[in-house]
Formats: sequence, C-alpha cells, structure tokens
Amino acid sequence: MSEEAPAGKAILVASAILVAALIVAPFFAYPPFVMQALCFALFACAFNLLIGYVGLLSLGHAMFFGMGAYVCAHIAKAWGLPAEVALLGGAGVAATLGLLSGALAIRSVGIYFAMITVALSQLVYFFCVQAPFTHGEDGIQSVPTVSLIPGLDLTRPMVLYAYVCAIFLAAFFLVHRTVNSPFGELMKAIRDNEMRAVSLGYRAHQYKLAAFTLSAALAGLAGALKVLVEQNASLSDVDFSTSGGVVLMTLVGGMGTLFGPIVGALVVMGMQTYLAEYGQWVTVIQGIVFVAVVLLFRRGIVGELAHWGGWSL
Amino acid sequence: MRPLYPRARGDDESLLAMNALAHITTQQLGQQLLIGLINGAFYALLSLGLAVIFGMLSIVNFAHGAFFMVGAFCAVFMLKVLGLGYWWALVFAPLAVGLLGAVTERLFIRHIAGLDVLYGLLLTFGLALVMQGVFQSQFGSSAMSYPVPPALQGPLNLGFMILPIYRVWVVVFSAVVCLLVWLAIERTKIGALLRAATENPSLVRAFGVDVPSMITLTYAFGVALAALAGVLAAPILGVQPQMGANIIAVVFAVVVVGGMGSILGSVITGFTLGLLEGLTKVFYPEASNIVVFVIMAVVLLVRPAGLFGRAA
Amino acid sequence: MLDMTRGETPGPSHLAVSGLQAWYGESHILHGVDFDVRPGELVTLLGRNGAGKTTTLKSIIGLVRKRAGSVKVLGAQTISLAPERIARLGVALCPEERGIFASLTVKENLFLPPVVAPGKGLAIERILTLFPNLAERMGSGGSKLSGGEQQMLAIARILRTGARFLMLDEPSEGLAPVIIQQIGATIRELKKEGFTILMVEQNFRFAASIADRFLVMEHGKIIDGFAAADLEANMDKLHDYLGV
Repeated sequence: MSEEAPAGKAILVASAILVAALIVAPFFAYPPFVMQALCFALFACAFNLLIGYVGLLSLGHAMFFGMGAYVCAHIAKAWGLPAEVALLGGAGVAATLGLLSGALAIRSVGIYFAMITVALSQLVYFFCVQAPFTHGEDGIQSVPTVSLIPGLDLTRPMVLYAYVCAIFLAAFFLVHRTVNSPFGELMKAIRDNEMRAVSLGYRAHQYKLAAFTLSAALAGLAGALKVLVEQNASLSDVDFSTSGGVVLMTLVGGMGTLFGPIVGALVVMGMQTYLAEYGQWVTVIQGIVFVAVVLLFRRGIVGELAHWGGWSL
Repeated sequence: MRPLYPRARGDDESLLAMNALAHITTQQLGQQLLIGLINGAFYALLSLGLAVIFGMLSIVNFAHGAFFMVGAFCAVFMLKVLGLGYWWALVFAPLAVGLLGAVTERLFIRHIAGLDVLYGLLLTFGLALVMQGVFQSQFGSSAMSYPVPPALQGPLNLGFMILPIYRVWVVVFSAVVCLLVWLAIERTKIGALLRAATENPSLVRAFGVDVPSMITLTYAFGVALAALAGVLAAPILGVQPQMGANIIAVVFAVVVVGGMGSILGSVITGFTLGLLEGLTKVFYPEASNIVVFVIMAVVLLVRPAGLFGRAA
Repeated sequence: MLDMTRGETPGPSHLAVSGLQAWYGESHILHGVDFDVRPGELVTLLGRNGAGKTTTLKSIIGLVRKRAGSVKVLGAQTISLAPERIARLGVALCPEERGIFASLTVKENLFLPPVVAPGKGLAIERILTLFPNLAERMGSGGSKLSGGEQQMLAIARILRTGARFLMLDEPSEGLAPVIIQQIGATIRELKKEGFTILMVEQNFRFAASIADRFLVMEHGKIIDGFAAADLEANMDKLHDYLGV
C-alpha cells in the first residue's frame, strides 16, 4: 500500500521529536491522557504491523488487546504478582491466542481473513462475558501496580509516566527493527506479491503467522499497559468498537508508516475527549472521518506528510 | 457488541429451566428448533444479500447489518408515524432501504471500485459506524418493540406440537424469498445478465449493457433483502441500533463457512447453522452464542475456502 | 504511393480512425493510428504480438479508458463515450479470448447481448443455420464447448444484435484447419449479407481468403497497407514485418 525508501534521516529526526515530545508532554497535557494515548498508540502500531507491512486486515484486534488486559489484571490482582510479570503474562497469553487464531485464519486470503477475525473476536468476546475470572459486566477493578524493581513506586504519577514511556519506546523500537530487518523485508515482499515470494522458496504462511503472533503479542502488551494506567479491565476492551477504533487510528495516521499509528492514536483520542460532550455523535463523526479518509485521504496524516517531503516515515 | 439473545425472554427461560435431557419433550425441541430456524432465516437472507453484492461488486458489505437495522427502524417509523402496519412495511421498508443503498453505492462505493479489496471493507465499515451512530444518537441503546401483525398472532396447532404462527411465517416466507431470488438469478434473463456481468463486466458493457447501473441496482437489491430481514425480525428481536452489529459477525461466519461464491450455498448454510444454533441451545445453552463460530473454525481447518465457495 | 489506409468503395466510412492514441495505465500503446473501413469491407490488421492490434479494437469499442484522437463509428464521434454507448451505435466485438460465459448456458450466451438495432439483426433461425453445431448444444453450459464451438458461439451471439459493424479478434486462433475453413465460409456469408468487418489475424493465409484489404501495425501505428489481391506481391515485406 505504500512504497518505502530505506530507513533514513527522516526516521531519526521523527524519533528524536517523539522522545522530546514525551519528555515535554506532562507540562502541556494531563499525564494520564498521554499514557492512555501511548497504550492505544502501541495497540495501533501492533495493528499497523499486520496491515501496513504484511497486508493483512484484522478487524478483531481487540481480542488481543482485551485478553492482554484481562490477564494482566488477573495476574496483578488475583495472584498479587508484580507489574512486570503481569505485563509479560498479558503479552504472552495474547501471543498464544494470536498463534492459535492465526493458524486458523492465515490460510485464507484478504477478505476472508478479515471476516474470520471478526468472527473469532466475537467468540473471544462471548468467552470474556462468561468466564468467571473476568467478572463479566463488572470487569476487574482496582488493579494494584507494584513493580519488581526495588524503589520504583508505580503509584506515583510521574514514575508511572516514565515507566509507561520506557515500555512504549522499547516496543516501538522493536517494531522499527522488525520492519527494517530481513524478516521485515520478506514480509513486505509477501505483501506485495505472495505468489512470487512462494515461488522463490519462502514459506509465506509461516512468516505471516510469525508476524501475526508478534502483532498479537504487542497488542496484548498494549492492553496490559492500559491496565497499569487505568487500574481496570472491562468488556469494552474486547468489544467491537475497540477493534474499530484501532483501525480508525491507523487509517487516519497512515497505514504502513512507522509513526502513523502514533499520530492517529493522538488524533482519535483527542477527538473522543474533545467531542465527549456530544455523546453518541462521536461515533457518527468517527464513521464520517473513516469514510472521508478511505475515499479522499488514503495515505493518512503521516503518509501524506511523507509523500509530500519524499521521506520514509 | 452485545450477544444476539437478550438475557431475559419468557419462553426461553422456562425452557432452560427444564434442561435435563430426560425432560425435553417434542414440544420443547420443536420450539427451540423453530427459534433456530428463525435465526437461520435471518442468516440466510443476510448472507444471500452479501453474496449477491460480493459477486457483482467484489466487496464485502460490512454495512449489511446496518441496513438490516434500518429496515427494522423503517417498520417502526411507518407504524408509529405513518400509521402503516406490517404488510406495508414488508413492501416499503425494502424499497426505501434499497433507495438508500443505491445512493450509497453511487456516492461512496463506486469510488473505490478499482482499489485493493480491503478498502471496500473499510469503507463499508465506516458507513456502518455512521449509520449505527446516527440511530444511536436519536434512539439511544434501548430496544423498541414492534407488534406481531394481528393476522399472524396466536398459536398453530400441529397436533404433536404447538408453534407460534408468526415464527412459522418468518421461516416459510424467508425460505420462499430465498428460493425466488435463486430462481431469478439462475433461470431468468436478468439473472443471466447478472451472472455474465459478475464473470466479465467489461465484455457485457461492450455488448451495450449499462453495467454501472446494474451494479447500483445489485447493491440496492442486496441491502433491500437485508431490510426485509429487518422487518421480519422486528417483532421477534425488538428494534435497536446495535441489532446490525450484533448479527453481522455471525453472518460473516456463515458466509465464510458457506463460501461467498455460491448463492445456494449461502442460503443452505444460513438455515443449517441457525438450526444447529437452536439445537445447541437445547442441550448446551452456554455455548449457543458461539457454536456458529466454533463450526466456522472447524470448517476452516479442513476447507479454507469454505464448503461451497470459490477462493476469494 | 497509394494511401491504402483508406478504402476505395464510395460512401461514408463505417469506421474512421484518426490519430488514435491509447494507454494502459502508464504504458503508451497506440501512438497515432490512422485508417478507415468502408461499408461492406473486410479489413484485416496484421502485426507482431504487442503491436497494438487488440488494443486498437478495444479502443474503438471503448474498453480502453485512456484514449485520445478521433474515432468515428458509423458517423458518430466516440472517443470519449462509454462502451455501452458505443456498442449501441451498431458495433460489436468478438474478443480474442472469446469471452463465453461459463456460468451461462449456450442458449443464455446466445441471447445475452441486447438488440442494439431492431430489425437489422439476423433471425435466430438463420443464425442456427449458419452454425448448426450450436443448435444441438443449446442447453449445455458455456464452458463445456470445444474451442471451435466457442468461437462460433462468440460470432453467433453478436449477429442477433443488429450490429452491422463487427470486430473479430483472431477468430482462427487455436482452431483445427477444418474448423477454420468453416469459420472462413461463415464470414464470407456475412460479407455477402453486407456486414462490415474489421479483423485482427495472425494467420494471413486464412485472412487472405476473405479480406479486401490488409493493414500492418507496428509499435502502435499503421506502417503499411495493401489490397488483398496484392498479397503475393508483398509477401517478402510481410515476412519482414511479422518476423516469420
């Protein structure tokens, strides 16, 4: 969907801007909002890995985000284990779910794949409604946040903020390295012309499954991180509007760009907060933005910017 | 997304209370199978419309559930504002929604025709959000009720079991509609045009047929079928803005199992999966919400292209 | 030198192409094609693969979206018209791949193209006399026919429409000699009935038995033309052009 020039100066500059922005943000914006945005930005990066670089559209990605959230919340609250274990647990379970659902869905192409993800995420949703550990409609509330690292008090807002930033940047860096690695190049080759890649001897299914699992793991990590920030996990984390939301964020920001998902997450969350007083009209506006972007503005914000400057972002 | 079955429904609850195998009578089994067939009827009508649209336009119409919902709301509107009852709604709701579909195709869908197929899914997904959002902002999330028409109220006594007339009507009427559509596509001249334009649209244009208009009409027809299902569903499911989103996931699963290439395949799969869902509700109610998805998963393991379909 | 791109029979041409250019996406295929076809003529386009012959036919019927220049079909300018409008002027295409619809029966295929000029088309009985094999296969699925039968069906179905200007793209391709003879005989019948035909052919021996004129295409332009009667005299040149 987009052509890439080799990673270059533009990315370095953009990364520097990102880090600087994160440092400065607490002085301009409400830190919990920024942290929330980072969680969804990570979620969007995970989704974008799949659609932008592998060419697979997952319309049920909330299943990984939500399961990551629930597992993290359960580990931290019901088992009383530290945050790092809970984060890893959330990401791990999401990765496993990704492996299983991917194995099922990967063999089907394009449209079918998307529809299967819708069906599977609905299945996960119903599971979450009924499974005892999720507490159904109530969700898991008041999740404690205790770090493994001695002296790191995650109940202090600025400490938590730095912690979340660090994890986000590490994950973002992982995505960047993956995209620009031989594995990433292969993914793009498969996206652009799967038959050719297969004829060259690459086992496309295995690589797609690996990418899908990684995407699921990162989405799970994002969900788990969200639990640390908000101290709760609920059914809305696995529901359809969350899946739709991450698609919107990535579309608006720019599919197939590295920084697009981050910008998209910020814009969409900003929209939701700014327009919160309009209640249900937010959904309508989001839908309109969706339609407008697909029809007129397919490259997204970062995509348009990159196209205009001739950069690779 | 909320599950298809609202939590408390009188007759379902009493059936669940008598769940042990030994206590299931023909009556109860019949009731549950009928409910299953009703859902199957909706699945069949909706996947039929989806398959017809996919054949001609090569897009998966994510907004299909939304048009289903709009159809149901049309029925409510016609009754409450225009004082026109069920039989009027059966005719005019599909027409109105068909018109809306034609406008949608012209204004929006036409423009992504040559692009990657995923944009079709994204666009219709966005349209579904808009439609659902508009209705949600106007009517909130609670369900409105729509009465069963007087002519179809009451029980049908078959001797060995008693069934609500309206429910039997829904199943029979849907089956007839599906059959008529299938016959129209397979046996008539217009159907031949449709099949040919699906196979090779540019050649059909080169013969002098206005294929772009055919495409608009096909989309309109597909969503009109969804609206028809909505009117049929209104007295049973109640009318609320999320009803489309609730049903679309199951319809997708039906379509994946049945394969999108075959009209007949979609219909048979729809009814069958609905029936299986109903059966599951009798013996293992907790799983009834997800049985269709589980079946989809199993079918995919064995036949990635679905039971009847051609590869997408 | 005689300009053989223009025919000799009197009266307005059924097809007048002037400066026709065409693109598939970024590829510039036709670089200014000029020729005309007179009423009742059978003109054959010859040329190597990739010369632009099929693209020319497709551009005339409007299937190539990006085109420029002038194309007048039966007197009307069609350069910016949609295919369905152009067909309705009375021109029909029999494509190279034949385009028989697999999901339709033979009968449905035959009756699919709508009548564009009422009264001018051949009656169905006449068509079935011309193509007796088809009469027996009416109920079969379109994909069950042999290559020769498909070719006949592809020609038969456009005869019913009333279009008097036919474009045939490689009608003899991939067919056995005896079938090719049958097709040749049929086309000769159509000529007698007054149809105007523009044909693309690789098999110039076959074309020579029915054509009035030959035009040679190369790199998206017409580079030469001669009357069918002069085919032997131009044989060396032709071998050069076609690389055979």
